[in-house]
Amino acid sequence: MSTGTRRLEIEEVGDVTVAKFIDKKILDEGNIQIIGNQLFALLEEDGRLKIVLDFSNVEYLSSAALGKLITMDKKVKAAKGKLRLCAIRPDIYEVFAITKLNRLFDMKDNLEAALEGL
Amino acid sequence: MAQIAQFDVWIPNDTAEARDVQERIVGLMEQNAWPMRECFGVRLSLEEALVNAIKHGNRMEPDKKVYIACELTEDELTIVIEDQGNGFKLEEVPDPTEDDNLEKPGGRGIMLIRSFMNGFSYNDKGNRLTIRKKMGVENEE
Repeated sequence: MSTGTRRLEIEEVGDVTVAKFIDKKILDEGNIQIIGNQLFALLEEDGRLKIVLDFSNVEYLSSAALGKLITMDKKVKAAKGKLRLCAIRPDIYEVFAITKLNRLFDMKDNLEAALEGL
Repeated sequence: MAQIAQFDVWIPNDTAEARDVQERIVGLMEQNAWPMRECFGVRLSLEEALVNAIKHGNRMEPDKKVYIACELTEDELTIVIEDQGNGFKLEEVPDPTEDDNLEKPGGRGIMLIRSFMNGFSYNDKGNRLTIRKKMGVENEE
């Protein structure tokens, strides 16, 4: 398992793993590295294939964090799993829209919608 | 328009120091009743620009510094960020929204700054960025 303070709150809902970001700001390179490692471990060490990322706590994130999410999405797709993002506030959604990553990611308004049909 | 605040500072090549200046600038905006959404955009732009200066410009070298100048009037914010690196050519930065680049993890910082700010320009060398935000004005780009 990756080292460092836990940055994700993990909950199992049926066969879906919900990973909720604990941090309000996902900016610092070191934190982003830890978050990335903990995300990748869900897939690569724990073998979870249906993953929902819950952004309800997140108020800021930088392009460095987007990079990790893109890598995670690629890894999940390569493993034939499913990744959804949910509960993204409008300011943050705009960051995804500007960079057109809303086309890449499967994004839902809230956790209920993200769990539906996954 | 009357000047509200003006300062300039050299900081060590360290993102924690950069974030302190970021907080100071956004704090000035908040004190002067700038809309939340614009504070968000400026904060994100500063984060991206300062990380670019420290990481790509100064290449994380600890003996280098970053210069930051800030001027705030009642309705306009201007910030200059200069690193001590060799600069770069803006036109050589690939468009991260093109289909071939969409899944690549890097290259989105500049695009976000351009989108959230009203003014964006580099000097010819490519080591000094000037960004400007007018209160209540959407980006025309």
